Amino acid sequence: MMSRLSDDRSRAAIAASIEKRRVDTRGLLFRTLLQACLLLTLALLAVLIISVVTNSTDQLGTRLGDFLSGTLRSQSGDDRLGVHQGIYGSLWIAVIVAVLAFPVGIGAAVYLEEYAPRNRFTEFVEVNIRNLAGVPSVVYGLLGLALLVKGNLFGLDRLTGGSSTLSAGITLAILALPIVVITAGEAVRAVPVELREGAYGVGATKWEMIRTQVLPYAAPGILTGTLLSMARAVGEAAPLILVGAISGRLGSDPGLLDLSALTDQFTALPIVITTWTVQSGRDVGFTAAAASAIVVLLVFVLLMNSAAIGLRNRFEKKRG
Amino acid sequence: MSDGTETAIEHSAIERPAVERSATGDNDASPAETMPSLATERDMVFRSRDVNVYYGSFRAVRDVSFDVYKNEIMALIGPSGCGKTSVLRCYNRMNDLIRDARVTGTITYRGVDLYDERVDAVEVRRRIGMVFQKPNPFPKSIYDNVAYGPRVAGQKKGLDDIVESSLRKAALWEEVSDRLNDSALGLSGGQQQRLCIARAIAVDPDVLLMDEPCSALDPIATARIEDLMQEIKQDYTIMIVTHNMQQAARVSDTTAFFTSDVHSERDTRTGILVEVDTTQKIFSNPSDERTENYVTGRFG
Amino acid sequence: MTDASVAQPMALTADSLQIAPTRRRREVIVRYCLLMAALGTVVVSALIVWSLVSEAWTFITGVAWADTWGQLGWFPRRGLYDIPTIVIASIIVTAIAMLVAGPLGLGAAVYLSEYANRRVRAWLKPALEILAGIPSVVLGFFALTWIAPNLVGRIGKNTFLVIGVVILAGYAVIAAGVARNRIKHYRGSGAEPSSLIVAIGAIAVLIAIFALVGAWLLNVWIEFAPARAGSLAAAGIGVGVLTIPLVASISEDAMAAVPDSLRQASAGLGARRMTTATTVVLPAAISGIVAAFIVAVSRAIGETMVVFLAGGAADAARFTDSPFEGSLTMTAAMASLASGTDSVVGEGLTFQSLYFVGLMLFAITLGLNVVAARFVARVREAY
Repeated sequence: MMSRLSDDRSRAAIAASIEKRRVDTRGLLFRTLLQACLLLTLALLAVLIISVVTNSTDQLGTRLGDFLSGTLRSQSGDDRLGVHQGIYGSLWIAVIVAVLAFPVGIGAAVYLEEYAPRNRFTEFVEVNIRNLAGVPSVVYGLLGLALLVKGNLFGLDRLTGGSSTLSAGITLAILALPIVVITAGEAVRAVPVELREGAYGVGATKWEMIRTQVLPYAAPGILTGTLLSMARAVGEAAPLILVGAISGRLGSDPGLLDLSALTDQFTALPIVITTWTVQSGRDVGFTAAAASAIVVLLVFVLLMNSAAIGLRNRFEKKRG
Repeated sequence: MSDGTETAIEHSAIERPAVERSATGDNDASPAETMPSLATERDMVFRSRDVNVYYGSFRAVRDVSFDVYKNEIMALIGPSGCGKTSVLRCYNRMNDLIRDARVTGTITYRGVDLYDERVDAVEVRRRIGMVFQKPNPFPKSIYDNVAYGPRVAGQKKGLDDIVESSLRKAALWEEVSDRLNDSALGLSGGQQQRLCIARAIAVDPDVLLMDEPCSALDPIATARIEDLMQEIKQDYTIMIVTHNMQQAARVSDTTAFFTSDVHSERDTRTGILVEVDTTQKIFSNPSDERTENYVTGRFG
Repeated sequence: MTDASVAQPMALTADSLQIAPTRRRREVIVRYCLLMAALGTVVVSALIVWSLVSEAWTFITGVAWADTWGQLGWFPRRGLYDIPTIVIASIIVTAIAMLVAGPLGLGAAVYLSEYANRRVRAWLKPALEILAGIPSVVLGFFALTWIAPNLVGRIGKNTFLVIGVVILAGYAVIAAGVARNRIKHYRGSGAEPSSLIVAIGAIAVLIAIFALVGAWLLNVWIEFAPARAGSLAAAGIGVGVLTIPLVASISEDAMAAVPDSLRQASAGLGARRMTTATTVVLPAAISGIVAAFIVAVSRAIGETMVVFLAGGAADAARFTDSPFEGSLTMTAAMASLASGTDSVVGEGLTFQSLYFVGLMLFAITLGLNVVAARFVARVREAY
């Protein structure tokens, strides 16, 4: 039993310990360290954007229209220097990715999530897709080079015209495929079981259920994934180098909607950037040209990315 | 719908048709005397014998056998985890959709084995509709929800009439007729569940399976659904799973009581059918002690 | 809706419980098409392995193995394929990348997961996602034109000065934080002398640092006008920046999978947030964090454009183990081979060497990804 005195004393001690505000120096240090990590990362991002934009003013600030309609040149001071050929390549690469990778990827995702029996083979296919997503992009370039440019296996070079926009587009579609499958699969998995049961309950077949319930519900998620994969594909340079994108002089400059040029020699925005960055060692004026091409590419890629992120956030909020 | 109308009148006139049948199927004499006409005209809709439901190697339900008759409401009651829902889902082959689920034994629907390999589960579900525990309207308009079933079945004409008559039958028409193109998700829970009933009715089913249709609803909405069940049973045969004994007593003609059999060694539970009888008998004078304990609230 | 079908006793047969043949046929066709799509992904893998192995095999059987080890360096056009040169370069770049991305990514993840409130997260996450979406060729340009001259060029020559400044700056930031915290706490209850002292001290240190940094910048700017030359260090930092979002997002996912009940239990025992984060959340999420690092290593090894542009070597490279020199990594060696004037045609085994290096790269990244998947699966099992 406690005496009255000690009881009072302990009460005072407790009160004091609660009221006294101690500064948790170690905790604060830790927190500051974490904040510094984030700030440093964001600072690097900011410096990157600022340095690119300031470098680009030489070209974009003075001759934006000419730059967008110009072509690859050997001198940075050339009046006709520009990214038109790069825009053509990147635009059609995006289209080919959309036409090839989206249907196949979404179809594969729907099959794996909705139809595939749970067995060893299905498991193998799923693991295989996850591993494909981790294969370095340059390896896809090797595939494109062997299969589409050299025509080693099926003689596909006669179809693609060798090193062409078509070859590049197909290569990047293959690269984007696993990402599309994974993101679409996640979106399909998120469809509530109640909707599926409701459709089955009134006599819908599996495909009718998928077409009328699963795909509409999963559409925003699928769209997000496809946009992200397309942005990734359009920004890739390494596979295009392997497929043989032209980095020096490219004679032809087809109109943006010229389909017949798809099987011709090609370049693309990331390759234009690479070329000019390499050339800036010899001719400093190309730094500005490369930075300007980066701005053009970033506008494309970041627009697609932010559309995807915005879309996802909106629907996440909506569905709680 | 000659006998249907008759039944409806009788139902409203007399408190409850005292149809009688025991779990094994042999007839008891006394209640049949009060309702001779009905007893002889009862068409069997479902007959199940020795039905077992497995999920992988786990047996969820063991040796269930009972019959279901036309234009009656059959209630499946019992404590949670006793396999009522698993049994109900055998009747429109919803268990097919669960991986590793397996059904043995026979269930015949109007004489046809539901699990015959020539039988299409899709057509079974069209004829044997289902209303789920949680109202699950599609994220579409009210109209599109009701028209969904006929549309997937390939019907393009006369949808307006089907939507109207289905909503009328589900006692929802008055409330939504002026906003058929609004999203179904804007309806209250009770309205949503009635919409789901209308959606099930729209494909012209023969039987309605209801899986605890009122468990997510408030008492007023529940009462509306119960009234609705009484109104539509002249057209349909209804099986309802409920954990609410009062509900079973209020709405059903026949009641099947399930419980779970615990294997102490393996620590698994298997649902078993204890008894099937008229609702009146189950709640007033059940033959099995376990039923009596349950309906008097001593367990479960 | 005809009631007749319900009312009349039907002569029902199994055949009448079937759907229309057109509907059934459509089901079969759709299922078949979707299966083909899924099998397409397997075909892609098979084609990758086929293309790598078939060409690499020609190299393996045809190359003089003496030319692949202990040579001057990687000179494919002269028939010298010194594997250690490109492997060491890859290891250096990856190590530097992880030194950058590891702490920064993990720190960002812990902050986002354990400290940041909803509003802050709503801004920070998209910012990280933007960084994740920047094409690697852009990072390559940045690494060559900014990181190489401004970070590697200066830091490399002023290592001690930089370390001193970083330590002092760190102390100043902490002191400022402590001061701010004290002032906040004691506001209203009368300023305590100790907080004032800390505040004044912090401000003094800050001024000192600004002076120091200013002097340093002036000095360095004038004396070492850095050459804009690439190096493995510059490429490594660039690759590191590229992989920060990867480390951050996978680690954060792992920490998000740790149930809140653990955090509450820890807080309920009187633990502070830092204690909870370091002793409860991080150990619980360790598998996922390990996975994040492995995936980042795999990504860094496979990254091509940054090392190609900022790695400081073209076409060929002498053997080096110094991060401040230029060299070719495995990926850069491939890109430079393919981008040369004689392009992918080459002579002798140059074309095949491309595939041999590609096969090595494929095997390494595949192995790493498989290991990472194991760790991720472990997190899923635990919670």
